[in-house]
Amino acid sequence: MSDMKRLALMLKELEEQLTVCMKCGMCQSVCPLFEETGREADVARGKLALLDGLGREMFDDPAGVAERLNRCLLCGSCAANCPSGVRVLDIFIKARAILAGYMGLSPIKRAALRGMLAHPERFDRLVAWGSRFQKYFTRPVNDLVGTSCARFVSPLIGGRHFRPIAETPFHERTPALDTAAGASGLRVAFYVGCLLDKIFPEIAEDVVAVLNHHGVGIYMPEGQACCGIPALSSGDLKTFGALTRRNLERFDPGDFDYLVTACATCTSTIKEMWPLMAGRCGVDKVDGVDKADGVDGVDGGKISAIAAKAMDINQFLVSKLGVGAAPESSAGAAVVTYHDPCHLKKSLKVVAEPRIVIRANPECRLVEMPQSDWCCGLGGSFNLQYYQTSAAIGRRKRDNIRAVDPAVVATGCPACMLQISDALSRAGDRVAVRHPVQLYARTLRA
Amino acid sequence: MIEKKVIRELTAIVGAGNVFTDKADLVTYSYDAAVLAPVAPGVVARPVAPEMLGRIAALCNENGLPLTARGAGTNLSGGTIPEPDGVVVLTNGLNKILEINAADMYARVQPGVVTAKLAAAVAARGLFYPPDPGSQAVSTLGGNVAENAGGLRGLKYGVTRDYVMGLEFYDAPGNLVKTGSRTVKCVTGYNLTGLMVGSEGTLGVISEIILKLIPPPADRRAMIAVFNRMDDASRAVSAIIADRVVPATLEFMDNFTIRAVEAYSHAGLPEDAAALLLIEVDGHPAQVAEDAEKVEAICRKHGAAGIRVAADDAERDRVWEARRSALSALAKLRPTLVLEDATVPRSRIPDMVRELEAIAKKHDLSIGTFGHAGDGNLHPTILTDKRDAKEWRRVERAISDIFDAALSMGGTLSGEHGIGTAKSGFMERETGPGALVFSRRLKSAVDPKNILNPSKIIGRAEASLDFKSGDLKSGDFKSGDLKSGEPESGKPESGAAGAGV
Ligand SMILES: Cc1cc2nc3c(=O)[nH]c(=O)nc-3n(C[C@H](O)[C@H](O)[C@H](O)COP(=O)(O)OP(=O)(O)OC[C@H]3O[C@@H](n4cnc5c(N)ncnc54)[C@H](O)[C@@H]3O)c2cc1C
Ligand code: SF4
Ligand code: SF4
Repeated sequence: MSDMKRLALMLKELEEQLTVCMKCGMCQSVCPLFEETGREADVARGKLALLDGLGREMFDDPAGVAERLNRCLLCGSCAANCPSGVRVLDIFIKARAILAGYMGLSPIKRAALRGMLAHPERFDRLVAWGSRFQKYFTRPVNDLVGTSCARFVSPLIGGRHFRPIAETPFHERTPALDTAAGASGLRVAFYVGCLLDKIFPEIAEDVVAVLNHHGVGIYMPEGQACCGIPALSSGDLKTFGALTRRNLERFDPGDFDYLVTACATCTSTIKEMWPLMAGRCGVDKVDGVDKADGVDGVDGGKISAIAAKAMDINQFLVSKLGVGAAPESSAGAAVVTYHDPCHLKKSLKVVAEPRIVIRANPECRLVEMPQSDWCCGLGGSFNLQYYQTSAAIGRRKRDNIRAVDPAVVATGCPACMLQISDALSRAGDRVAVRHPVQLYARTLRA
Repeated sequence: MIEKKVIRELTAIVGAGNVFTDKADLVTYSYDAAVLAPVAPGVVARPVAPEMLGRIAALCNENGLPLTARGAGTNLSGGTIPEPDGVVVLTNGLNKILEINAADMYARVQPGVVTAKLAAAVAARGLFYPPDPGSQAVSTLGGNVAENAGGLRGLKYGVTRDYVMGLEFYDAPGNLVKTGSRTVKCVTGYNLTGLMVGSEGTLGVISEIILKLIPPPADRRAMIAVFNRMDDASRAVSAIIADRVVPATLEFMDNFTIRAVEAYSHAGLPEDAAALLLIEVDGHPAQVAEDAEKVEAICRKHGAAGIRVAADDAERDRVWEARRSALSALAKLRPTLVLEDATVPRSRIPDMVRELEAIAKKHDLSIGTFGHAGDGNLHPTILTDKRDAKEWRRVERAISDIFDAALSMGGTLSGEHGIGTAKSGFMERETGPGALVFSRRLKSAVDPKNILNPSKIIGRAEASLDFKSGDLKSGDFKSGDLKSGEPESGKPESGAAGAGV
């Protein structure tokens, strides 16, 4: 079988979904990337047409298609607004796996994903090493936003203003928790996630404080692995499978009522991507191809049970614990604006709850920014590969934040927090970047 | 293959980052929203200054290269499907609103400005740009002009044509042509503005548009009327207009569409109703109140089983949400959706709806019909799967029948979606050979090398043909596609033919 034929066969499983796209082009109005570049290959319709063309062997350039497919924030804005209901993200994720399986991972990605991310202990050691040495390479630039930048020209850091690695990651401060349900009668598993653990341990601490306050039992096992989204979005099913298996070993859905995370990306990965990929990718069905083992061999029932219990912390606070907005904000309340993480609003449809959690603090006056659900432009590894474009999208977010002149911008995803911090800091703005849970936790301390 | 030399010159005009030659980029400019086979161009250029359009046209003309202008690529008739080895010229890099003049009530825009963005900018200045095609969130004003796009407000406010005061465009050899003006009155020369509206990129490339603006209505009110018989709904439409009420919007949904929308959005629509009318009146508050009462009374008199007037903006939004979701709701039923826009005089709507039901039955197809009842512009929407070659042949025959039905009632092939290649083969049925021959002569006079979006609207006439003969037999144009009544075959993927949308 010719290579192209084989690839076409692998892409066959996407056909049923690809034909749902009626090429109406309406996704152009919501794609943050297309808004910057005006290039059809950057918008969902173009990418879907490329996959369709490749699948029909209309042309032969899998590398060109893979490159264009990877130029995407995976923000899901297109899918959320598609009149035809095309499951764009599912298609993109599967196609990335198929193309990576066909062409192999780039050496850099292979090293980062298989050499580091797949091994949580090694990852932790590397990050700890980085935290010790970062002060020699970087310097603080904006105390209010909490960012640093490179001390001297560094190809890796470039012009970025980033949130530094925490001196002590959360898993060292609090290695594990296992407490019984209190007054609430509920017990949750707390899935921490890489960014909370390594960059924002203070948010993880606030989550624990809030849950304790409400009498919620916490199950937080040691040695949690990454949710797998970096691997999955690179098409690396092998690493994704290894991480999922490891997490499934640690979390038994029988042990808790809900699995909460304070990271929109982790929640949507666990809730949507784990079940999607547990349903097989078809990659290993084609002969002669690198048998990416994906999440084969894991218990699909266990995945769906955990996915069903996974819940964003804001949603948990409001819907399960009855946290409500304060009757009114106090006289001197700070102006807080809220950014909708794509993974919360577009994937999980969580929109009202984080706003309620912010308004639960009477010291916060919520003022909506324009286009609060326009993607911040991070897109995980998109930011590393296409920093200029990512930063341009970030600037748009920054301008919308500044339009309401807030003291604080809150958002329910630590990844968005990184990007927004970079954009604000580079513009020299003095706006604090917080998770809604941090704002709520303050009322408990007061 | 396009010569390297041409690519180099193109690059010199628009800059290196704005020329695309990779196959993987070309494939993304091979289609539009019509259900037709894709054709990849030879090169794509994205000019960022209007004068670049003229230089590109000149370059194409010198080298005999077909040039297809492309806005958002949302047209439903194949207008932006290029020639193989042709040049696609993107206009979305020309997206500046040049001027909004409140005193003289006009806007001057570049062709790539998105319709909804202009409408919002105009509204922010307290003015109103009414044409609102369903694609306005993405469609470009250049594309709107080139297709003479309509929208929901056509009945009272007209269509794009009614708002184009003047244009600048580049002709095939690359000369700048200015037509029309910023004044309400202008009779200087031929009405080239009128000629360009709806020309689908076949006569020139539009580089600037002057659009008329009007004051926004002070008040508006929306309502939904439920009918158990199609005829009643239709008679209500005629009666409303006969009573000298011109609603801004007067939309219609058949039972098939109602059920689809209800299943999709649970908006609380009556699933057993034969038809819904969605109506909005606007204007001065006193007039709105009076018109709304009249409309309500007329609907009741003509047998409306129920009528709901939106009490506030939120309810109004829900009314239009129901209408807007019609296409989405239908789209979700089957993989392929063919959206037609055959239009009849409004008094013939009941006949047309009956005819559509008969056509659906005859060809064993699902057809949902909704649309602009006020102006007779229906959207029979065929739900199918283009991969099923047998069913697709039935779809093609149904489309042909729909056209015949509309024409037999004194209607037209296309109310607003344009001809492109999808309907070029049917043109003669409506216009007779005279209009076609005249159009082809016109085209060959202004574009002798036939480089501007060849084959769109008038079919595949050869540029070198001798048009002087004055013979009106369309066969002379050896276009091959004018065997009266035969749609041009687009050679689509699954053996499906090109009479798409
Ligand atoms: C979901 C949906 C809803 C729609 N609803 C409506 C509706 O309600 N009413 C309606 O009328 N149409 C509707 N359409 C059809 C379509 O959106 C319109 O025809 C629109 O005007 C096309 O604009 P565009 O920018 O996408 O143009 P394109 O599709 O890019 O181009 C259309 C034609 O214009 C030519 N063209 C574009 N720019 C220029 C230029 N600068 N100079 C010369 N020629 C040019 C192209 O060559 C082509 O022939 C709808 C389409 C979709 C997908
Ligand atoms: S909005 Fe949906 S159906 Fe339309 S082009 Fe984009 S992906 Fe396809
Ligand atoms: S996921 Fe986001 S960036 Fe990617 S195509 Fe869709 S809207 Fe654009």
